[in-house]
Amino acid sequence: MRNRSLLIGAVLVALIVLAALLSFVWTPFDPVRVDAPNRLHDFSGANPLGTDSFGRDVLSQLMVGARTTLYVGVVAVGIAALIGTPLGILAGMSSRWLGEFVMRANDLVLAFPALLLAIMFGAVFGATTLTAMVAIGIATIPSFARIARSGTLQVMSSEFVLAARSAGRSRLNIAARHVLPNIFGMLIVQASVSFAIAVLAEAALSFLGFGTRPPTPSWGRMLQESQVFLTLHPRLALVPGVAIAIAVLGFNLLGDGLRDRLDPRLAARL
Amino acid sequence: MTVRVLRRLAILVASVLVASIVVFLFMAVLPGDPAQVALGVNATPELVAKTRAEFGIDRPLVTQYFDWIGGVLQGDFGRSYVTREEIGPALADRLGVTLWLVGAGMLVALLIAVPAGTFAAVRHRKADGTAVSGLSQIGVAIPAFLAGIILVQIFAVQLRWLPSGGWTPPVQDTGEFLRGLVLPALSLGLVQGAVLTRYVRSAVLDTLGQDYLRTARSKGLRPFPALFRHGLRNAAVPVVTVLGLQLATLLIGAVVVERVFVLPGLGSMLLDSVASRDLLSVQGIVLVLVVGVLLVNFVVDVLYTVLDPRLRGS
Amino acid sequence: MTLEVQGLGIADLVRGVSFGIARGERVGLIGESGSGKSLTALSIMGLLPEELAASGSVKLDGRELLGAPERELSRLRGNDLSMVFQEPMTALNPAMRVGAQVAEPMRIHRDGGKHRAAAADLLDSVGLPGTSRAYPHQLSGGQRQRVVLAIALANNPKLLICDEPTTALDVTVQARILELILDGVRERESALLFITHDLAVVASVCERVLVMLDGEIVESGTTRDVLTAPKHEYTKKLLAASDLEASR
Repeated sequence: MRNRSLLIGAVLVALIVLAALLSFVWTPFDPVRVDAPNRLHDFSGANPLGTDSFGRDVLSQLMVGARTTLYVGVVAVGIAALIGTPLGILAGMSSRWLGEFVMRANDLVLAFPALLLAIMFGAVFGATTLTAMVAIGIATIPSFARIARSGTLQVMSSEFVLAARSAGRSRLNIAARHVLPNIFGMLIVQASVSFAIAVLAEAALSFLGFGTRPPTPSWGRMLQESQVFLTLHPRLALVPGVAIAIAVLGFNLLGDGLRDRLDPRLAARL
Repeated sequence: MTVRVLRRLAILVASVLVASIVVFLFMAVLPGDPAQVALGVNATPELVAKTRAEFGIDRPLVTQYFDWIGGVLQGDFGRSYVTREEIGPALADRLGVTLWLVGAGMLVALLIAVPAGTFAAVRHRKADGTAVSGLSQIGVAIPAFLAGIILVQIFAVQLRWLPSGGWTPPVQDTGEFLRGLVLPALSLGLVQGAVLTRYVRSAVLDTLGQDYLRTARSKGLRPFPALFRHGLRNAAVPVVTVLGLQLATLLIGAVVVERVFVLPGLGSMLLDSVASRDLLSVQGIVLVLVVGVLLVNFVVDVLYTVLDPRLRGS
Repeated sequence: MTLEVQGLGIADLVRGVSFGIARGERVGLIGESGSGKSLTALSIMGLLPEELAASGSVKLDGRELLGAPERELSRLRGNDLSMVFQEPMTALNPAMRVGAQVAEPMRIHRDGGKHRAAAADLLDSVGLPGTSRAYPHQLSGGQRQRVVLAIALANNPKLLICDEPTTALDVTVQARILELILDGVRERESALLFITHDLAVVASVCERVLVMLDGEIVESGTTRDVLTAPKHEYTKKLLAASDLEASR
């Protein structure tokens, strides 16, 4: 049952990564080429997923959109992991007081969810893919900090760390040699789950017009543009909708599966 | 117990204070000149200066902050730089709409998650229990706005059972109000319900393995009453944590659903204010949303204490 | 016979177990962990884990329990048939007051009110006066085990099963718990099935002993006979390993 999660998740994620990679070298059509005479074609041999209201090929847009999705996810999760992990380890290794302070700051960041932060950034800097990524990244920091801290606390109370400390190893040395390798599994799981959340957030932001700007294809915006033609052409909403669902499902399942592989203790809890 | 609650209250007040400073600085320091932003690039320097003076943006930041937060504490959020109307009353109106939406969405989520999660846990070895888990996994992957679009297509456009959007205040026509609330609440609640189902399942599954449940069975309680009387309250503790986080998510997720269903809530006010570069309104709305999230966290923490006697201290 | 077990089998973990317990009789079931003692107890209670099924026959006062519908079994559990578990720290609901937990079996099986007062009296009788309104986390392990015993005795059971009731407790409180169990079953003329790996405990509590090894009963007899003249190799080993000899 559990290994099935890992397998299905890996396959779905691989599907999206492959589509994105392939789009660098080949797409059926130029995804942003407007072709008015061919607007709103349904499924056909030339356009397997049809064309949108501007006559753009939906499959090509979908493939390039995968790129946007992965790009946003990687940068957002990267920001969160690179800032959140050291903070969490610091909070777990340092004095009670500093640890408490970091966690309180963490709670404060939690009060600014990704969408809200992205809209604030958009209001101030103008909405772009960059503001969306950074906002989602910042909002995800607490998840990493929290998991890194609880992992660190566990590792720090283990015998081999006590031994290392009594041998006079420096804190940095212990963090690098003992703590990080031991919580790495938990962090990978968190990254996968956060990726799924980032995909959802990016889609919602693009849907609201606070994410990726036209003409760069994005699944969320494809959905937003489809709304007008929904009754006649539900395909235009279903295609990006299914793509988003596949990505989110894929990363969630991958996270679940990895949790079992890498962190049996957490698996028992969820 | 009182000490714990007071401590949490102090943290809440401090968090709200810091959050308000963050929101204020973010809006005040970063964008350059809000008057210029509101008036557009073509405004004459004289007009900009006049507007700055009118709204007091030419004063030192510290004065501006205390002026703003002092007003907010009395319900005065200032006047919009763009429309020159009072922000407070509009904010209150919009907040009402959003709260209805969030409340109804949460209700839908709970009505789905508690039975579905319990079922999936009790029957976790059976095919139907696994099927419910799988369905919830798929539900988690569907964005609320997509659920909204699909629901509108089915129930508003095809079947014509319910309105596709718009808002009727409850005092004006309760029936119409409820009809209008159904689809937005469903799109918000279905997805959250799926998320919550997974947590309810794992919490109940955890409880099912507990010794005290066996004790309850050994007293002569049949499996379901035993779970109901002894399991649910204990399972509620971890679920309430998630519920709190979810309420926060719902509050923000409402922004998107309000856009889909054209509801005059806080979210659409936020988006409109951003679009018209009305930064003081944005500042006020963001503050309200953030305080909302902090308040929910506080309530969740207090609720723990009620649910878990071990936290009350002896 | 209050309890009659005939050819009880549970998967291949328990095989061909047969014994009987008369009214008011106290029988010990000894063996090391994994020998099938606890499974035997759970199968009598009808509380085996879902994936395990029991075969054979278990009769309480001539009534067949194996394969009886859940509705019927739940009417017996906590009423004619009750059990004290090994781990007092986790056996009680952490979110419910102790008095309510003791009153619960009465509320389930008896009509009429006054259960709260009866629960308070029961707690009194196990030496925990005035604890009705306490939560489990406010009590020590020994105190919690007294609560569990009060729950098990609440409806004056015909058969009380105790599964290693003192194993998790400090030596200092073990004796007191055993005393309370003995007093409880004597007062009520309840039959007792006492599961333990501790020969000294069996010697002080039980009239008869069953020795279990790898899912089978390898020796049985009066406590005196088994402990003074063991026949089976395994019983001899158990005796040699214990300090019972020295303490007598």
